[in-house]
Amino acid sequence: MLAEQKLKVVEAPDTFKMEWFRVVGKTRETADTYTLKLKPRRGDGLAYQPGQFVMLYSFGVGEVPISISGNSLNGKTIEQTIRAVGPVTKALVSADIGSMVGVRGPFGRGWPLKEAEGQDVVIVAGGIGLAPLRPAIQYILRNREKYSNFYILYGARTPGDLLYKRSLPAWRGRLDAQVLVTVDRGDEKWRGYIGVVTTLFRHVKLEPSNTYAYVCGPEIMMKFTVQELKNQGLPDDRIFISMERNMKCGVGLCGHCQFGPTFVCKDGPVFSFAEVSNFFGRREV
Amino acid sequence: MGASFESEKTCNYFLDPQGFEELILALRGHGYVVYGPVVRDGAIVYDEVESASQLPVGMRDRQGPGYYRLEERGDRAFFGFVVGPHSWKKFLYPPRVKLLTVSKKGEVTLNNGEERKMAFIGVRGCELAAIDVLDRVLLKGPYIDPIYAARKKSLFVVAVNCTEPGENCFCASMGTGPEAKTGYDISLTEVVGDGVHYFVARAGSDEGLSLLKRIGAREATREEVSRAEEKMEESQKSFRKKLNVNGLKELLYRNIESPVYAEVAERCLACTNCTMVCPTCFCTTVEEVTSLNGDVAERWRRWDSCFNLDFSYIHGGSIRSSRLSRYRQWLTHKLATWVDQFGVMGCVGCGRCITWCPVGIDITEEAEKIRRAEVEVAAK
Repeated sequence: MLAEQKLKVVEAPDTFKMEWFRVVGKTRETADTYTLKLKPRRGDGLAYQPGQFVMLYSFGVGEVPISISGNSLNGKTIEQTIRAVGPVTKALVSADIGSMVGVRGPFGRGWPLKEAEGQDVVIVAGGIGLAPLRPAIQYILRNREKYSNFYILYGARTPGDLLYKRSLPAWRGRLDAQVLVTVDRGDEKWRGYIGVVTTLFRHVKLEPSNTYAYVCGPEIMMKFTVQELKNQGLPDDRIFISMERNMKCGVGLCGHCQFGPTFVCKDGPVFSFAEVSNFFGRREV
Repeated sequence: MGASFESEKTCNYFLDPQGFEELILALRGHGYVVYGPVVRDGAIVYDEVESASQLPVGMRDRQGPGYYRLEERGDRAFFGFVVGPHSWKKFLYPPRVKLLTVSKKGEVTLNNGEERKMAFIGVRGCELAAIDVLDRVLLKGPYIDPIYAARKKSLFVVAVNCTEPGENCFCASMGTGPEAKTGYDISLTEVVGDGVHYFVARAGSDEGLSLLKRIGAREATREEVSRAEEKMEESQKSFRKKLNVNGLKELLYRNIESPVYAEVAERCLACTNCTMVCPTCFCTTVEEVTSLNGDVAERWRRWDSCFNLDFSYIHGGSIRSSRLSRYRQWLTHKLATWVDQFGVMGCVGCGRCITWCPVGIDITEEAEKIRRAEVEVAAK
């Protein structure tokens, strides 16, 4: 369910509060990426804004920030798409159905879905960058009347790296959304587009004066995508990107996620490009 | 506080060395654990004290870039030095602290902090400013740190005005010293020499005032006060180091690619000393600890440093892999981005990072070099 209210101010005792969620479903997305379906042990589900993240805890191993990648229609479960790249993410993707994981959050600022109402929305995702965008896609498709034209441009390295192989055909089947998928390298079965995600802009005609763009992927992909969107005439304050940095606390206290003057955990992870253009794309900032 | 307090607050009280001792005893009598400066391993550090005699009586600290030595002053001054490698941060924001305990059955016990009555003796103006900076970071954001909040709750602060700034001190240019202006319960100005030794004390809170009254401090005479004021006037004039803060934030934002960073990175060892001695650095990391039988897991938080390579690690590598970028992160955070984050600079001018840098890198000089380099580039 989408939390309409602003993030509430949490009092001291809640800063490190953790809730247990049961793993009620697990889908293998790619060779190293799984989506866990999580249901709170207590209560009704997690109110969050698409684009927010949680700190996921595997008992005794540790915590990592993971974007929420969707929720069931009734709001009772959330989904987390996790790539196994370190000890904690490896432990999380090997969690059995029925086991518990710890959840703190949701934290941070999500995609500006309210502001984009009545406008066109273009979503551009690279690789696992689709995961933080998926709740926004779900929300827009479930509230389709609130938005004008809707585009999803998605690129992955190979067909085997495409996420959400069950959702993708459903999205592509919608007559009220233009969904384009490309891969850097095809295989013998691939019949779709070949090339990096920015090559898909050839096939869409954006109206820069009333379009919001939500972009997530590797920084290099976001850099070229933002450039393309700017070439198309989109102003910086209507281009939104989701940043990734090291995080230990998720609540603006540990200092690790600083990106220029911002804390990615509390000021982001979603930023308008106007907010970060002085720092974005600079090496080692 | 009433009008009567306002006038009593600006009132100056007199404490002789015995009266100062009684101040410490009274605090202990009221259940405070009293912390103050003591000499250990050739440095002045902060630890629990039971008596004024444990303070570094008659000691001075000679400091320079990468240099720190203690020497005898030849008098009985209690506060004849400036600041050492410790800051009060270690009591308010412990270097290592347990955040939570989790049992395999799923019981979670959070450390919501424990209130403890602490009294700090000898807090300098720069250090009061540093505590204010930590308040902004740890208490005024959307989430507050419960451990810091609890320890801060019943803190009693006895500040000391600096009559003899050290070689690396630049608090005057940061507007944080040498006089303690706010954030104390009692402030002291020590007058020593010419056959006299006393303190002029002022109350900064109701608690401070009632404590001064309880130990029977009398009002200071006009002459006693004016000698203390003269000392502070001399102090203001004796600073050797300064940081030009004029337009500094904008300067650093404009010069993210300044050639100065490459030069300082040649010297910087990324040893993290500057961040460990800094009274405002707040970055931490966490350690997961599991009991031997695997039934109980704990999360511990410890101080971290942006100079560590894995500080910015995300899958695939560190964002800031070069020392250049890590020094730049630290300098720009202290003097520029901190202002946007918390409304003040993250530097209070205490000079610790200069003293304890093993190669003597000086934050005031590096900032000035960036300023000069910009002018030189513009001239070309």
